[in-house]
Amino acid sequence: MGILAVVFAGFILAAFTPWITRSLGRLSGWMYALVPTGIVAYLATYTAAVQDGGAVSASFDWVAVEAFTVSLSFYLDGLSLFFALLISGVGALIYIYAGAYLEGHHHLGRFFSYLSMFMASMIGMVLADNLLTFYIFFEGTSFASFMLIGFNHYSSESRRSAWQALLVTKAGGLALLVGFVLMYMVTGTYQISEIIQQGALIQQSEFYVAIVILVLAGAFTKSAQFPFYFWLPNAMKAPTPVSAYLHSATMVKAGIYVMARLHPALSGTDFWVIVVTSFGALTMLLSAWLALQYTDMKGVLAYTTVMALGLLTMLLGIGSEIALKACMLFVLVHALYKATLFMITGAVDHGIHVRDITKLSGLRHKMPITAAAAGLAALSMAGIPPFFGFIGKEVVYEAALNGGVAETAIAGISVLANIALVAGAGLLALKPFWGSPSEAAEHAHQASAGLWFGPVVLAAFCVLLGLFPGWFGDPFLGPAVGAVMGEPTSLYLVLWHGFTIELLLSAITVASGVALYFATPAMRNHAIGRGFERAFGSGLDRGYDRVIDGILGLAKWQTRLLQNGVLRYYMATILGFTVLLVGGTFLRHELGGFAIDFSDLQIYDAAIALLIVSGAISIIFLRSRLAAVVSLGISGIGIALVYLTFGAPDLAMTQFLVETLTVILFALVLIELPNLKESVSNGGRIRDALIAVGVGAVITGLMLVALQYPFDSSMANFYAVNTYTEAEGRNIVNTILVDFRAIDTLGEIVVLMIAGFGIYTLLSYQSAGSEGEGNSEGPEGKVDQPRRETLADAPASADQPAAAPASGDANGADIAESVDKPDT
Amino acid sequence: MIRSLILQTSVKLLTPLMVLFSIFLLLRGHDESGGGFIGGLVAAGAFALYAAAYGSALSRKTLRVSPLELMSVGVGLALLSGLLPLLFGEPILTGLWAYFTLGGEDMKVGSVLLFDIGVYLLVVGMVLTVIYELDLFGLGLFPREEGGQVPEEYQDVLR
Repeated sequence: MGILAVVFAGFILAAFTPWITRSLGRLSGWMYALVPTGIVAYLATYTAAVQDGGAVSASFDWVAVEAFTVSLSFYLDGLSLFFALLISGVGALIYIYAGAYLEGHHHLGRFFSYLSMFMASMIGMVLADNLLTFYIFFEGTSFASFMLIGFNHYSSESRRSAWQALLVTKAGGLALLVGFVLMYMVTGTYQISEIIQQGALIQQSEFYVAIVILVLAGAFTKSAQFPFYFWLPNAMKAPTPVSAYLHSATMVKAGIYVMARLHPALSGTDFWVIVVTSFGALTMLLSAWLALQYTDMKGVLAYTTVMALGLLTMLLGIGSEIALKACMLFVLVHALYKATLFMITGAVDHGIHVRDITKLSGLRHKMPITAAAAGLAALSMAGIPPFFGFIGKEVVYEAALNGGVAETAIAGISVLANIALVAGAGLLALKPFWGSPSEAAEHAHQASAGLWFGPVVLAAFCVLLGLFPGWFGDPFLGPAVGAVMGEPTSLYLVLWHGFTIELLLSAITVASGVALYFATPAMRNHAIGRGFERAFGSGLDRGYDRVIDGILGLAKWQTRLLQNGVLRYYMATILGFTVLLVGGTFLRHELGGFAIDFSDLQIYDAAIALLIVSGAISIIFLRSRLAAVVSLGISGIGIALVYLTFGAPDLAMTQFLVETLTVILFALVLIELPNLKESVSNGGRIRDALIAVGVGAVITGLMLVALQYPFDSSMANFYAVNTYTEAEGRNIVNTILVDFRAIDTLGEIVVLMIAGFGIYTLLSYQSAGSEGEGNSEGPEGKVDQPRRETLADAPASADQPAAAPASGDANGADIAESVDKPDT
Repeated sequence: MIRSLILQTSVKLLTPLMVLFSIFLLLRGHDESGGGFIGGLVAAGAFALYAAAYGSALSRKTLRVSPLELMSVGVGLALLSGLLPLLFGEPILTGLWAYFTLGGEDMKVGSVLLFDIGVYLLVVGMVLTVIYELDLFGLGLFPREEGGQVPEEYQDVLR
């Protein structure tokens, strides 16, 4: 039960934050942080259990139909424990930070709700042991991040970014689901812990290549690999706490987690190594250099994050023991410094509403604590000893040099990417905080405690783990690497490796990185730099637009073709197809030869039949719409009577009520419309008549043929026998609805609800739009006015600091084009 | 639409009776003819009738809650009754039953009743959403106050 509580604590919290936030006020962030802190404390007790390949599992069946069981099962091994601790640990700091960053925002409670949903989904995902459970939580993170990225939903750019992130990651998610189903077909189980034991079986199956492609599609979209990484910089439209959380420690790591989790089952083949390594390396190299083309701090952060994800992917592709060690280590290194730098960027933005690097310098005088944290994190990012990042980079280089896969090329690419990373660290921490204060920096002031607490804690870890790497390395990273490899291993980290070739590469990296930092402004404005950005930065984003436009064009075309807005044609299409398909089947299977037997016909049967038929026939000749509706109702009532004579009172009652309501509704609407006119041509009439006769003939034939076969009463008997013993009820219809087939009913009422909201939305927009078009004599025009106002005069959101740094200079324009691309 | 004194007078009596009857149908549904769907239709009919006599604004006012909320709460209740068994280690949507004696009668109550109440609320909300929104749509289905104005004090119920 403990694990269930860990997973669902966030969801339960999400349900109540809108109310709790109101009463807690400015303390709310600090209070909510207790939940993830508690999760960290609870999970930490499992540390001993996961050493040496140990694991803890817990399972609860949540769908248990014979032969098909979906288990809410959880599995805690080194890998999931490491990720869960990272997610909840950083999460606690993010709650505190968000409470301060969005203080006084009128939707703060809602924000915390989304954030909690997100955290819970992430934790559920990394702990899941069942592929379907995993998938549900995976999609939960997509959904929650959609809400978070689009939190400033009054801004069309935010909405576009949110849509983009959702569409890209959901498309990948669907591919992932198909990959999971294929894995189930091969292994016969959805349990991850069992699947990863059966790597050989999967790799020999004919589906192996398909499985890898589908799983990688999910992982690459989620973890922003080339060519899908364009959504991540755009997602920077989110409030900064979201960027700090989603894009440092968590959501973008979900794809990495998928690859790491399934690594024992899928890795090792040439196909895997080549595809994963090359995509990772390409992403790493492109994005590291793209980062330098931006002057928006969040733009730089976004692309360096993509770089980190590329690096992690590349390491998972190489797949050797040292590469996997480097991978897990770098996950932690990156989460620590990147979350810090995001939060610092947000603190600067919050204070002076400027994020443009070219406009910032000398902030350290006004924001000493923030500047100190930024400096520590950036030194870790640049990989300077004795910071944690140095160890990370050393191990990455070691992995590149000893990976056994194109060692020279990989090492060269890694060094090139890391040079850009050093320059990026300088852009983020050196440029804004050192030098003489710029004009914008004059207005700065030290941020409140909530805004510097998180960065300071994480920055402290960047130093402490560098000095004492054993703290985390031995108990957490070792078991995590063991889980990825599929066999226990240990990880002993030391700061000083001696004079090795890795150290030489590090020295080259730092020296070149410093030189590059000073060359960055020139490179940014150079034609080659801009061309590079247009090709691989904003270019991919425009490519996304083309794809979406293409899909929308296709949708419009087929909608115009099939749904032209005239109800008559819809009916003709649906019924015509029914006639063709059912009638065609009749002909194909030569289902003929039935006898019509009137021997047990009762007089009331005949009367009811007459009623139904006369109701139907008179519709054809009636000119008044109202009379036609009533006549249709008569047919309906006749059918209800049929139910009654066959002992189905519930059906009859429902039919009576539905008929009555429909007739009333129709009558109310139709009374406003003119009488039926001769609007249909003779050809049209013949066509309609043919369809009508066809439907009648086919359905009648179907009934008669069906009656030729012996009636299988096993279902009826089952319900008759079990309705009281199993479902505690004597009304079979009702026990079927609420018990035996309750999941069907649940689905149906959800569909009804969606339809209801759809009708509401359509009619609301229509009535708001019809205002002033002449038919608003009644009060509806006035009544509807407020609705329109809520749409148009929406108050500007509080969290819109410096969405687009003042344009005018070339760099500002660059950002406006790429990172802050306006909605098209 | 014209106001009808006969309709208005009888509706005053009929609407509460129909609502009562719908609850009766809902509660007996598990053993006798009835259930949440039928009950919901009857209740929705009651308020539709009220709208036909007095106008949809007054019907809305009498309903007190928004039909959209009824729909959401309904689906929420059904979902809740589906998730309850998880707490007892049963698969979702398993019927849970409690037995007790009330006034010498053996009684039982089950989580499926919660489910049926959810269906009931959803149906009421769904039908009334359509009826009320169609009226606001500008069709003028139901009677209005003199000059086509909804009385001042009912303006707020129209959002």
